Amino acid sequence: MSTVAETQIKLTPEHDARPGASVRSRLQDLLPKIVLAPSFAATIVFVYGFILWTIYLSFTNSKTFPSYAITGPRAYQRLWRWTFESDPPSSWYTSITNMGIFGFLYIAICLALGLFVAILLDQKIRGEGVLRPIYLYPMALSFIVTGVAWKWFLDPGLGLEQTLHQWGWTSFHFDWIKNKDFVIYTVVIAGVWQASGFIMAMFLAGLRGIDGEIMKAAQIDGASTFQLYRRIVIPLLRPVFLSAFIVLAHLAIKSYDLVVALTSGGPGGSAWLPSNFMYEFTFKRNEMAVGSASAVIMLMTITAIIVPYLYSELREKSR
Amino acid sequence: MSAVTSPARQASSGLSARTINRIVIYGLLALFAIFYLMPLFVMLVTSFKTMDEIQNGNMLALPHAPTFAPWIKAWSEVCSGLTCVGMKGYFWNSIKMVVPAVLISTLLGALNGYVLTKWRFRGHTLVFAMMLFACFIPFQSVLLPMATILGSLGRFGATLQNATGFNFGLGNSTVNLVFVHVVYGLGFTTLFFRNYYEAFPTELIKAAQVDGASFFQIFRRIMLPNSLPIIVVTVIYQFTNIWNDFLFASAYAGSGDVMPMTVALNNVVNTSTGVVEYNVNMAAAMIAALPTLIVYVVAGRYFVRGLMAGAVKG
Repeated sequence: MSTVAETQIKLTPEHDARPGASVRSRLQDLLPKIVLAPSFAATIVFVYGFILWTIYLSFTNSKTFPSYAITGPRAYQRLWRWTFESDPPSSWYTSITNMGIFGFLYIAICLALGLFVAILLDQKIRGEGVLRPIYLYPMALSFIVTGVAWKWFLDPGLGLEQTLHQWGWTSFHFDWIKNKDFVIYTVVIAGVWQASGFIMAMFLAGLRGIDGEIMKAAQIDGASTFQLYRRIVIPLLRPVFLSAFIVLAHLAIKSYDLVVALTSGGPGGSAWLPSNFMYEFTFKRNEMAVGSASAVIMLMTITAIIVPYLYSELREKSR
Repeated sequence: MSAVTSPARQASSGLSARTINRIVIYGLLALFAIFYLMPLFVMLVTSFKTMDEIQNGNMLALPHAPTFAPWIKAWSEVCSGLTCVGMKGYFWNSIKMVVPAVLISTLLGALNGYVLTKWRFRGHTLVFAMMLFACFIPFQSVLLPMATILGSLGRFGATLQNATGFNFGLGNSTVNLVFVHVVYGLGFTTLFFRNYYEAFPTELIKAAQVDGASFFQIFRRIMLPNSLPIIVVTVIYQFTNIWNDFLFASAYAGSGDVMPMTVALNNVVNTSTGVVEYNVNMAAAMIAALPTLIVYVVAGRYFVRGLMAGAVKG
């Protein structure tokens, strides 16, 4: 794409005749960069500078207050040791196993549910305009509100369990939210409830973008509905799967509020994710170096997912 | 799926199979609708019930004698920790934080997007990529340095206060949160405007330039009047994100009368003095949810567009 900047260069010689105008036109040339500079500088300092600062802190011996004497990778060694401390589980062991369980189920269920509902909605449904916003509204809520609502809904004494008891199913038992082995699955339920509608919308947009001619051709060839979706539609949705995966993975790693609001960390911290681990160790347990090290590990995980994706996206666009 | 059934089959066993198909589809869609609506419904009906009815009645039943008392109590009396002044103060804290943060980050995003598409320079892709990546970092990786900086600015503000009688906003939690949300929202607002302006005809700008229009004149007279949809998308996206933020709010304004809504709500729900009043808690949660819900109901289309653009496919 040709840019204005090129034209600008061609125009300048005419102005150069007058010295006063030259200063002004040079200022005009610099103006775009001057306008962009504060934002870029803020990004450099408050994002990249702060990341370096956090990395630096993770190699110190900081406890309650930052200390700036490098003492080596001791925080990482502790995290590494805790990684294998499963009996009784260390907080870090719990956090990363929870991350694995939550990340996998959250992403897999959101993708499956989102695709399924999108396919259902794509069957020329009457009332689609009413249904779609209903599936999507949870995305507008704060994780705190979602957590409060589901905490109430899943409470054994007040919510679902009691309701089913009243309806006569007295043997029904559902206390996951108070059970240290199952509490992480309640986070999955609330998380899926919040995000799956949005994933549905992404798939629906993808489905609407598929060329109808391809579908018709396949139907004429005698493909069944199931075959049509499995062999043709779902492979065509691959880019949507990728985008949805990136969105979900990034949401999953950043999840923090939901655990706090829904479970207050769960019995004995059994619902912690690495984000909760970081917050607790940094601000409550006075283990700043360990907290920083865990933040660095979170950042590296996200970087490994996002950077290749952004790279391919930007390259595609500039082509 | 009906469209796929071949005409021959439709003629023989046809109509009933087709009908069953439709019933199954609508049934499933209705079930999903119930799944998504259930928590909101329970929250809403609970907030209109008396405590007596909550303890003895059914969670899903409509309130027998609907009462506004829990809402009034949540707004003006409910306790967060030991202070019992209701949610209203925290609600205004959130408003005071959200409005400037949204306006500043949107304006900066528009300017950045304008420069990055229409006044390109060497390395513009790298600059954009670096700003874009900032959207995705887990904020835990900047949380502590920012806390340190805000802490020292606060101390500096106190010194200024002593010296000049005015602290210039340094150390003010609301100002701090506005600053934090602007800085970490820039990536997204820039992304939105950049992708939108990319499709904007460059010829128009060239023509205006030949006519002698300056950088800001072009921005004000040509770009901004044509940016309404993306402004709406960005404002809604930022509003929702900042209103709903909990991590920054709890780290930098986590207690006292400076808390934003989300932190206050979490404290209210976890305050364990006396009997837990679930109806009041639910009313408080509804109050926290209403602003973003209303925006969603009024401008849902733009909300979804923002989310989609946030998924980079712009």
